[in-house]
Amino acid sequence: MSGAEKIQVKVTEITPLNDLVTRFRFERVDGGQLPTFSGGAHTVVEMHDGPVTRLNPYSLMSDPFDQSSYTISVRRDDEGRGGSLFMHRQVNLGDEMTISYPVNLFSLDLRARKHLFLAGGIGITPFLAQIKQLDVLHGQWELHYACRNHALASYADDLTGRYPNETRLYYDDQNQAIDLKNLLSGQPLGTHVYVCGPKGMIDWVRNTAATEGWPADCIHYEEFLAPKPGKPFEVRLAQSDKVVHVGENESLLEAIEREGVDAPYLCRGGACGQCETVVLDHAGNFVHRDHWLTDEEKAAGKKIMPCVSRFEGKTLVLDR
Amino acid sequence: MSKFEFPKSIASRPVWGTLEVRPGEHHLIIAEAEGAQAVLDIATPGMMAVTHIIYIPRHTDHSARLRALNPAQFYEGPSYAAALQRIRRVLEDAHMGLQVYLTGTEGMMGQAMNEAMAVGIPHTAIQTEHRGAIGRRMQCVHCKGITEDVEVDPFVCAHCGLNLFVRDHYSRRLAAYQGVRVDAEDHGNVPEPRGIYE
Amino acid sequence: MTIQFNDESFRDDYTFHNSDWAIKRFPFPFHEDSYMYSVNMEQHRGGPKGSVYEMRFDVDEHYVSEMKDRALVLDEDPLRCQSLPHMTLAGWDLLELIMVSKSEDYPDLFELHRNGNQWRWINKPMGIDHSFTFMDETTLPYGPMEYITRQAQGDFAVLDQRDEMLWMDAGMVTTQADWSLDFDIGMNFFEWHAPVPKAHEMGIFQRALKFLLNIQQGAPARRLNWTMTVNPLLDTSPENYHEWGIQKTTLTPENLSQKQHLRVELQTFFRLPRSNALVFPIRCYLCNFQDLMTVPKWGRRLHRVIRDLPEELATYKGFIDNRPMMLDYLSQFDDGLPTSPGIWPDLETEPPLSK
Repeated sequence: MSGAEKIQVKVTEITPLNDLVTRFRFERVDGGQLPTFSGGAHTVVEMHDGPVTRLNPYSLMSDPFDQSSYTISVRRDDEGRGGSLFMHRQVNLGDEMTISYPVNLFSLDLRARKHLFLAGGIGITPFLAQIKQLDVLHGQWELHYACRNHALASYADDLTGRYPNETRLYYDDQNQAIDLKNLLSGQPLGTHVYVCGPKGMIDWVRNTAATEGWPADCIHYEEFLAPKPGKPFEVRLAQSDKVVHVGENESLLEAIEREGVDAPYLCRGGACGQCETVVLDHAGNFVHRDHWLTDEEKAAGKKIMPCVSRFEGKTLVLDR
Repeated sequence: MSKFEFPKSIASRPVWGTLEVRPGEHHLIIAEAEGAQAVLDIATPGMMAVTHIIYIPRHTDHSARLRALNPAQFYEGPSYAAALQRIRRVLEDAHMGLQVYLTGTEGMMGQAMNEAMAVGIPHTAIQTEHRGAIGRRMQCVHCKGITEDVEVDPFVCAHCGLNLFVRDHYSRRLAAYQGVRVDAEDHGNVPEPRGIYE
Repeated sequence: MTIQFNDESFRDDYTFHNSDWAIKRFPFPFHEDSYMYSVNMEQHRGGPKGSVYEMRFDVDEHYVSEMKDRALVLDEDPLRCQSLPHMTLAGWDLLELIMVSKSEDYPDLFELHRNGNQWRWINKPMGIDHSFTFMDETTLPYGPMEYITRQAQGDFAVLDQRDEMLWMDAGMVTTQADWSLDFDIGMNFFEWHAPVPKAHEMGIFQRALKFLLNIQQGAPARRLNWTMTVNPLLDTSPENYHEWGIQKTTLTPENLSQKQHLRVELQTFFRLPRSNALVFPIRCYLCNFQDLMTVPKWGRRLHRVIRDLPEELATYKGFIDNRPMMLDYLSQFDDGLPTSPGIWPDLETEPPLSK
């Protein structure tokens, strides 16, 4: 069986926060305690949408040491394949769902003398759990949170209310932006920077930090990619001797799983490297979207990450 | 003086590099003895304007040439031990983006790297270049005493007097290689010492 | 069953001994008649009833005496237990894991009562009844890792996970196969394994690291490792090698069956939830050759494995000089008959020695 261990939960709270973001609370069906976790961890939520099964990762935002419930916040993506729409429109109070044990690909470096958090939009969620963890550990931190406007700034008021000295907000509609260069160069030695947000923001932070002479080991980032829809294509799985049709709104990984072929995974967002699959033959172009393979590996066409990447062309043969 | 090529070894043995100027608003250089030459090889006026050089001459005198580079700050100390408090003070005050360059013997680089790591600079971000003597800083695994500048294998622990053989296993935290009793299974049978790299 | 704890020593007069029960459940490490390194990991989710695999943390007849030996080692050398400052949270994780596991798996021996962060821990074999506040170090006599590992058999390496790498940043190491925590603490996975011959070239450590980095909460793993030790000496440390190394030369054809021990490590791997660290318990089991030979399958197999082991490995494991003497003894128990696959003794199905 692939992926982390599973937990049966029921939905005990659904809280719309604004036009785009809704919070869901999960408690165990059997009434027992949930595992503790570390700030930055995610859970993979299984969604059974008619004949389609989707498994989407969401950052856990609740107190990592609170074993009574987990909460996640889901931003509605009208252009996506429907995972977030399913959560927003079809999940009801009391529904039973399957989620995975927490998996952390974005953990705090506990050696840091200071943690500098940079959040963009819904990228705030892992930091909510990390801040609660640092509360217990008496860690030093600072949050810089950029959003489109005040109305869409999920949890901004909670944060400024509770941590007025640690939190800074930036609103696009008021032309506010993080003064990144000065922010980074003023940090004491031993500071680690963490960024979660859109790809452009992550690249901006990584590049600016490198230019400012920050060690790569002090820069941490997480961007979960939701699989994007794309043109349908066919794939041949050599080991299992099957030809699989990948539909417009499903990922290559989902299509492989639908045919009963077990493929390893953890994050389903192009970050963890677990689903890396060898390409035996191809005629056509890859649409690589992951953060795992290097540019050279992507150009070489010998590997693909089926959780987020696709293919356009005539022939694709995988070692599965 | 040409650089010594250390033979390829196990994964814990440090691999020293070649200094290069990296982007950063401040630079800290700690150079010991012949390490001064490595600094002269890379120094640019732009870099020197924001550089603090700490120089430990030991038996050399490159002081005038280093001063002529016009570093923002220059300090010459008679020994690493004498310079240590200053090094700590400089690191304690520094900000992210500080670039650290270490050049000289393995023993000095290892100890200075420890100081930089203690304030949160990852060891992978600290540049090093070996110059000068090839003696090793050795820890006796039995009594834990450190013997400096060991050039032969086996050698006598300066603290407990046991005859120790020189391993390539290296601890960054101790800035030392491991010495283990050579005649533990045959007391008194101590081979004739030879140069470590002979 | 209730365990009868031995009163025995692992030094000086060496009164350590295995009961028949302990011999039959000994984790014999060879699943076939030869040995080479491999990434021999499997899920750690129980095993045959009574076996060392059954519980998350095996407790056996040596428990109380092993804990006394650990206390002696720590009195002599407190550096055997160390934790870098950022590893305290992982220490609490480990304390929780061991207390919860032992109280659930051995309710007759251990009890854990929790009321929020107010915890009461009862360890009957060691006579401990202690109330403390979880996550408050001032309520424990030692740091959380040291406190609980003074009450748990085997060594513990606690590994921080950062930058796609594991770092040995804390540990309790008193029953080790000749490695020093004090020297290795702070090293990464490749560095602390650097002295192991051959395996690096074989890519063993790259594959093992990839596996370990992906161990998840609730899904622990395990493997066996082995070496040889003369006398039932738990603390074969580099620190004391100048004292115990000479014991290897006391082996004679007459005393070998009693003195020569096969030393097996049951290594398990658990993801720690609050810290995202990994704990690597390394449990040491000792059995002398005479006791091993009571299982015909193990007699046949041990002879073949030791005979055919590459010289480099016999040197690394420290028995190259004694190998001829060991083979003289072991060959008496090898009648050339085939052996059944797997590590279990198979006493009912394997034929008795026929020579």
